[in-house]
Amino acid sequence: MSEYPKINTMGERAILVQFEPEISENLLNKLLFFKNKIIDFYAEVNVEVINSYNSLLISYMFSIEDIYSEISVLKKLFSQAKIAQLANRQIFYIPVCYDEEFGWDLEELSEAKNLSKEQIIELHLAPLYTVYFIGFLPGFLYLGGLDKLLEVPRKNQPRMKIEKGAVGIGGNQTGIYPRSSPGGWQIFGKSPVDFFDKNQDPPCEISAGDKVKFEAVSKEEFQKISKAVTAGKYQLKKEKYHG
Amino acid sequence: MAEIEVLQPGLFSTIQDFGRRGFQQFGVPVSGVMDRYALKNANIILQNKIDAAVMEITQMGPKLKFAAATKIAISGAYLSPKLNGENIDNNEVIKINPGDELAFGQPKLGIRSYLAISGGFQVSQVLKSRSWYDGLTDFDRLEKGMKLNYKATQDEVEETFSSVKFDPDYLKSEIIPVYPGPEYDQLPEYLKLHLQESSFGIDRNSNRMAIQLSERLENELKPIITGPVLPGTVQFTPAGKLIVLMRDCQTTGGYPRVLQLSEDGINAIAQKQAGDKVKMVLFQ
Repeated sequence: MSEYPKINTMGERAILVQFEPEISENLLNKLLFFKNKIIDFYAEVNVEVINSYNSLLISYMFSIEDIYSEISVLKKLFSQAKIAQLANRQIFYIPVCYDEEFGWDLEELSEAKNLSKEQIIELHLAPLYTVYFIGFLPGFLYLGGLDKLLEVPRKNQPRMKIEKGAVGIGGNQTGIYPRSSPGGWQIFGKSPVDFFDKNQDPPCEISAGDKVKFEAVSKEEFQKISKAVTAGKYQLKKEKYHG
Repeated sequence: MAEIEVLQPGLFSTIQDFGRRGFQQFGVPVSGVMDRYALKNANIILQNKIDAAVMEITQMGPKLKFAAATKIAISGAYLSPKLNGENIDNNEVIKINPGDELAFGQPKLGIRSYLAISGGFQVSQVLKSRSWYDGLTDFDRLEKGMKLNYKATQDEVEETFSSVKFDPDYLKSEIIPVYPGPEYDQLPEYLKLHLQESSFGIDRNSNRMAIQLSERLENELKPIITGPVLPGTVQFTPAGKLIVLMRDCQTTGGYPRVLQLSEDGINAIAQKQAGDKVKMVLFQ
């Protein structure tokens, strides 16, 4: 038998399920499938399940009374399940302005990668990115699918403030800052869209398993969308994804 | 609705309840009180709901003025509370009259005190919790002149002799009960031993997100693929520092997670100040 998934307690109120240490769509599909299974199984109990690249964390409201029976229940769940493809996945089209005003590190990136600015933007626009999970900050999407040509180390000296909406690259990841925060990513664009609305439930429209496609917009369009967002009249463009 | 006026904010106080559940999948920290034992105790004394919102007061307390009659109870750290200049005790029902002023003096035992009020603080709920968190709620700390709502109690205040016994031992105890974390097994034997046999100092650089331990150890563990973390998770950084994540921590992280504090351990370490020593005791 494979050593995965490894099922262990994490303190008195959580169980961590670890799968193979890899980052892949296949594994993500498996994780989200089991995540839903667990939520269904515990429908009457108040549990919270989150996924990362290769783990599920199940948090219980109160201390687990019989940890071993809980673990054996989960083991059974994992051994029986035949994994189906996820349903209800969506593609979100996210406008990004790559204007010089927002392209703080574009010049540096272009020199470091030996690519023209236009090539960098094209390479960033091309992929259909996968949302693996949301973490770090409320509404921060962990996206997979960055072109290897664009991988670049984080800045040696993180910036004290990266503005909300900033689009950048750190290592093999690309993403958007959902709010102002210190950060070490190379910044070269900005999105006018809000990814997190604390007054909505769920507060984030996008969830793990969804897809993201960036769309270049001019500065004029950026400003127009910004105004619509502020007025609460902007709707993210989205459609069903049939993977 | 009655109001408390903040005459002086003190060092750092926030409103907290049990925190947010169900939103970690959107990257939202759990938040909530650092010391849940003290929160429960303060609310039980007042016969409040166990998760009613309280004020979490850190080290130097605020000065507050109550507009209407109510009952309060203070639990957790003993920060020398005074009502209209007179010393009052922790863990008792205190009757408040209109115009009463509550202030705090020297921190004597522990650093986080919990002020519960009859019916709970009525600050607005964001994502099903009243816990303050920077960027999510309108406020992230008490400020001078701020007004906080509570329900005025018309009924005669009963003298309730609560049967709960508050055990203050954890406030001064160095012992922090811990469990092995997901990457504990990757530690070399000498480090596993060291973690259990040594005392660690609380670093000044500590807050509601994380408590850092001062010592620097040799760390040869590889970073992990970013994975889930929780309040109480102890991360081991490449620089060899141990970081105990607390209630406002992020939901995921990339440092090896070598230990996980027990619930009692989280409550206990929440009461330690910079320079205090802690000793981690492993449940196997």
